[in-house]
Amino acid sequence: MHSFDFATPTSVSDAVAILAKEGSNARLLAGGTDLLIGMRVGRATPGLVVDAKQIPELKQYKLDGNGLQLGSAVTCRTLYEDSAVVDAYPALIESAELIGGMQTQGRASIGGNLCNAAPSGDSIPTLIVLGAEAVVIGPNGQRNLAVEDVCVAPGKTSLADNELLLTINIPAPAANSGACFQRFIPRNEMDIAIASVASSVVLSGDGSTFESARIALGAVGPTPIFAQGAGDLLAGKPVNEASIQEAADAAEAVATPINDMRGTIEQRKHLINVLTKRTLREAVARAKG
Amino acid sequence: MNAPTTPPPVKTEFDVVGTTPIRKDGEEKVTGAALFGDDIHLPGMLHGAMLRSPHPHARIVSIDTSKAAALKGVRTVITGADMPTLSSTVVAAGEGGEVNMQDIADNCIARDKVFYDGHVVAAVAADNKHIAEAACALIEVEYELLEPVLNVHDAVAEGAPVLHEDYTPGAFLFPTQKALPNAGRLFMEHGDVDATFDACDHVVEREFTTKSVHQGYIEPHVTTAVWTGEDTLTIHTSTQGGFAIRDFMASFMNMPMSKIKVVPMEIGGGFGGKDVVYLDSLAAVMAKRTGRPVKIFMSRSEVLRGTGPSPETYIKVKIGCNNEGQLLAADLYLLFEAGAYPGGPIAPGTMCALTRYNIPNVRLDGYDVFLNKPKMKPYRAPGATQANFAAESAIADLAEMAGIDPIQFRLTNALKPGDMMPMGFPCPPLGSIEMLNAIKNHPHYTAPLEGENRGRGISYAFWFGAGLASCAEIRCNTDGTINLTTGSADLSGTRTTLGMQAAEELGVDNDLITTNVGDTDSVGYTFQSVGSRTTFATGIAVISACRKLVEEMKKRAAMEWEVEGSEVDYASGVFTLKSDSSKTLSFGEICGKADHTGGPLIADASEFPEGVGFQIAANIVDVEVDVETGKVDILRYSTLQDVGKAVHPDFVEGQMQGGTVQGIGWALNEEYFYDEKGTLRNPTLLDYRMPTSLDVPNIDCTILETPNPGHPYGVRGVGEVPIVPPPAAIRDAIKNAIGVSLNDLPMKPGNVLKAIWEQKGK
Amino acid sequence: MSKVHVTTTVNGDEVEFLAEPRQSLLEVLRDELKLTGTKEGCNDGNCGACSVVFDGTLVASCCVLGVEADGKKVETVEGMATPDALHPLQQAFLEETGMQCGICTPGFLISSKELLKSKPNPSEEEIRFWLANNLCRCTGYDKIVKAVQKAAAVMEEA
Repeated sequence: MHSFDFATPTSVSDAVAILAKEGSNARLLAGGTDLLIGMRVGRATPGLVVDAKQIPELKQYKLDGNGLQLGSAVTCRTLYEDSAVVDAYPALIESAELIGGMQTQGRASIGGNLCNAAPSGDSIPTLIVLGAEAVVIGPNGQRNLAVEDVCVAPGKTSLADNELLLTINIPAPAANSGACFQRFIPRNEMDIAIASVASSVVLSGDGSTFESARIALGAVGPTPIFAQGAGDLLAGKPVNEASIQEAADAAEAVATPINDMRGTIEQRKHLINVLTKRTLREAVARAKG
Repeated sequence: MNAPTTPPPVKTEFDVVGTTPIRKDGEEKVTGAALFGDDIHLPGMLHGAMLRSPHPHARIVSIDTSKAAALKGVRTVITGADMPTLSSTVVAAGEGGEVNMQDIADNCIARDKVFYDGHVVAAVAADNKHIAEAACALIEVEYELLEPVLNVHDAVAEGAPVLHEDYTPGAFLFPTQKALPNAGRLFMEHGDVDATFDACDHVVEREFTTKSVHQGYIEPHVTTAVWTGEDTLTIHTSTQGGFAIRDFMASFMNMPMSKIKVVPMEIGGGFGGKDVVYLDSLAAVMAKRTGRPVKIFMSRSEVLRGTGPSPETYIKVKIGCNNEGQLLAADLYLLFEAGAYPGGPIAPGTMCALTRYNIPNVRLDGYDVFLNKPKMKPYRAPGATQANFAAESAIADLAEMAGIDPIQFRLTNALKPGDMMPMGFPCPPLGSIEMLNAIKNHPHYTAPLEGENRGRGISYAFWFGAGLASCAEIRCNTDGTINLTTGSADLSGTRTTLGMQAAEELGVDNDLITTNVGDTDSVGYTFQSVGSRTTFATGIAVISACRKLVEEMKKRAAMEWEVEGSEVDYASGVFTLKSDSSKTLSFGEICGKADHTGGPLIADASEFPEGVGFQIAANIVDVEVDVETGKVDILRYSTLQDVGKAVHPDFVEGQMQGGTVQGIGWALNEEYFYDEKGTLRNPTLLDYRMPTSLDVPNIDCTILETPNPGHPYGVRGVGEVPIVPPPAAIRDAIKNAIGVSLNDLPMKPGNVLKAIWEQKGK
Repeated sequence: MSKVHVTTTVNGDEVEFLAEPRQSLLEVLRDELKLTGTKEGCNDGNCGACSVVFDGTLVASCCVLGVEADGKKVETVEGMATPDALHPLQQAFLEETGMQCGICTPGFLISSKELLKSKPNPSEEEIRFWLANNLCRCTGYDKIVKAVQKAAAVMEEA
């Protein structure tokens, strides 16, 4: 690995000051499960690595009536070991439990997974369908942006070099809503998704009609894809297989996968269709309680 | 391969063999104290790193190492030009074949040409590995790119780019003959194959492919070289065979064998991939140039790019039977990758593809194909898994076509003891019929399997195993304890199984015996721990040494009683005067009197056993296929194996379970993924997908014991055959589940989905 | 890039070392502290051979920097046994032959220890899920799973 310096700011303002000074020479270390491996193979060569884990705000989370305010360095394992979070956001937990194995989940964070901006990032479709917002801080202060606007290219976010992700804010689940995340991997653990889908739905009080839905796709484009049209077309439709199939076809249509060692275009588009149906069915079941 | 001679009857009553003592090296392995290859830290030790070619086929025009050499902390930089010139290159390899040592030397570091993505072109020794790696990045290599040859069909086609102007044909187990510019050939034919097909009632023709898979040991390759004098070299390494490393190094360094000592460290898995030199010569040359010990430890991506794999194959099978299900003719055409240099496992693959069945007319046409991939290595029953997948799948399809029960079909054709084998001698004792009947009566096979998209499959497999040279030395201490030293690397608990055979033979408590793996200065030449041979062949050496020891100890007892040695009996740890059974001396008492009866009690033995007991195994597997995604889940798995005599039944089960899971990985998800440029795209354990604990169920084991007359206790080799049956069994189960035939490995979700679409429509 | 002085606690002992920031916790344990029980199998978090407990959490030590250990607690395989007795997991791995070559064993032991801390009486499925980041190429996992089950039973009784 190349040589670098190491900084351990203990406050957000210190971290912002370091990033303002160092710019692209610095990289934040949250869980490290992506950054360290990236540096080891020469994919990232920062001169300064800034440890995010000594900053209390980034290690905290708050669950209340407004939703979940999730510090960007909170580990996946912390989340799924909190039964209140598990009950409120089963789809988020489905993602958190899939980011690597136990060893990775003890270090990796949802914030890190988002900022790593992998097309296959397991938490990102879920955050999108939950309507999450990223709270970003930089020298010019704080700004909020929709999670679907964070990833812009493989490994690249819309955050400036001198900005850091403070929290991810996930709204409280609406009444009669449900969400689900599923990915497809060849093994049962430890793989990168060949394709993944998150779906969330809000149903009418009697459960017969979709009031709204959001669908997001992973590993089938340069970034996770918010399949907005596929979700929107469900609004007002009856809850049945025909509606679900229509949404799945629409989701498949916006997938733009590539052929690589993990899968083919044809396979991935097909999987998007299958997973959209499966996640919608499960989201509906959860919405109905 | 020689016909086994008639040996004495085997022992059938045991005190120690067949029990399950805790392994003697276990405690240090659970505490972290065991020293594996990378756990050695010598004073002044430098760390090495290699620069590897990014091109699969290129001529090296020039290498500029000046910037690397100038980096602070770098102690030496070497290229192929700095390696000693071999004084003799072609050496005998047994069975009339030859091995070109220059090929193996060039595989360690390229001289003029690179032959695969990952071929080493330069190496650095530096104060730490980060500096060594940084220095590698500063080495400038100018390549003249050559057209790569990336698959077996291209390689054997006329006009293909030629890898080697001349070559010594491979001789792995059996020699191949020079045949094509990029391939050696093994051809065998008996009977009239073509005419017989015309007379068959049913004929199946299929084409099968398999992908390269890696042995996947968790410990990467590592070695440490230190010169203990101007011309004496010590190598500390984890290897399947210290003597093999010594002898290769003597050739590569132009040194006498006696001046090289190889000290075997604990080895973190091998499976056939760790019995040859990759790093030792580089470390030795750099250690010589710097006057300091040099350690080299491969990264995982280097392991995957530069070592190992088992070859990708193409196998065409034509096989026919009559209405009664009797196999009449078979014709196999096999293209096995050899990789960059000759010597892949084509011969054992070809030779055991059909050996478990009696077929009167057979043509086997196998090719050892050179192309721009790493030099292929043995992997647990080398070549057999690929060949079995093809042949056993074709036979399953043929039985179905003939409308005959799959087990009955195999029973009709099974090779039995006394049947003439293709090698020209009658089959020695083999529990083939017993095994096939054991499948039929297995609770798994008779249990109902219900549910959509679920199916059950079976397969049956054969493997040779190996005998070869082994030495053992046994020493008694004056307190009655025993030290046993052999030259066999211990990959899985063989110190325990060898010690148990000594305890059995000597009739003493197993706890009295401490077994260790000797370095090459301390014990006689012993072939690598390969070919399922350690418990079998080194076991024979151990038993021989024990028998000599008992004879010597009888003489010592006789001395006490002032009689001849022939007047003394020995049983269960007690020496008895034949003429007066009240006169006894215990094993420990004789040990205690050693100094007064002629000096320390030692005995050694060297053996080259010929009576290798063939290995057979069978599988029963239930799968469920997700037809929407193509994913195959293993619901239940049973494996049956004839082990001759299980020395340590828990260890035997461990071999069966471990080999089966490797076979499942090979069947379902493991593969080398090369892009069209010849670059390996998945050299990580994230994308090279070995089974995790969550991917497999418990593997249920049935141990059968048909004694092997070639071992005093009836032992057969155990380690290899379990990997062979899974791919064909899983293919069979998938076919029975969803009616789709998979003829290409791996049967990964994408391939299953594609086959479903092709055979049943999207 | 100067070395950083780190003070940490390893298996209950306070230790100090100098580390370059680029050195992983795995490297520091093995090369600086000579605790070679923790193994390198892949160096990218996918094999689990380097598993340790870091700051109370199971991690792959190849994915942690050595300098991050400052002020933290690290537990490795070398700390599992007492001078008088093996840990029940160590004993169970011996009795159930939950190993062959032994290179993955330290990682499995550490992961299993954390599993039993979190779930003292795990099901087979829970064991297989928890251990999925620890690769073993020799055993096929069955005897490892049985060893963990046995240790859980022994620890439950104690």
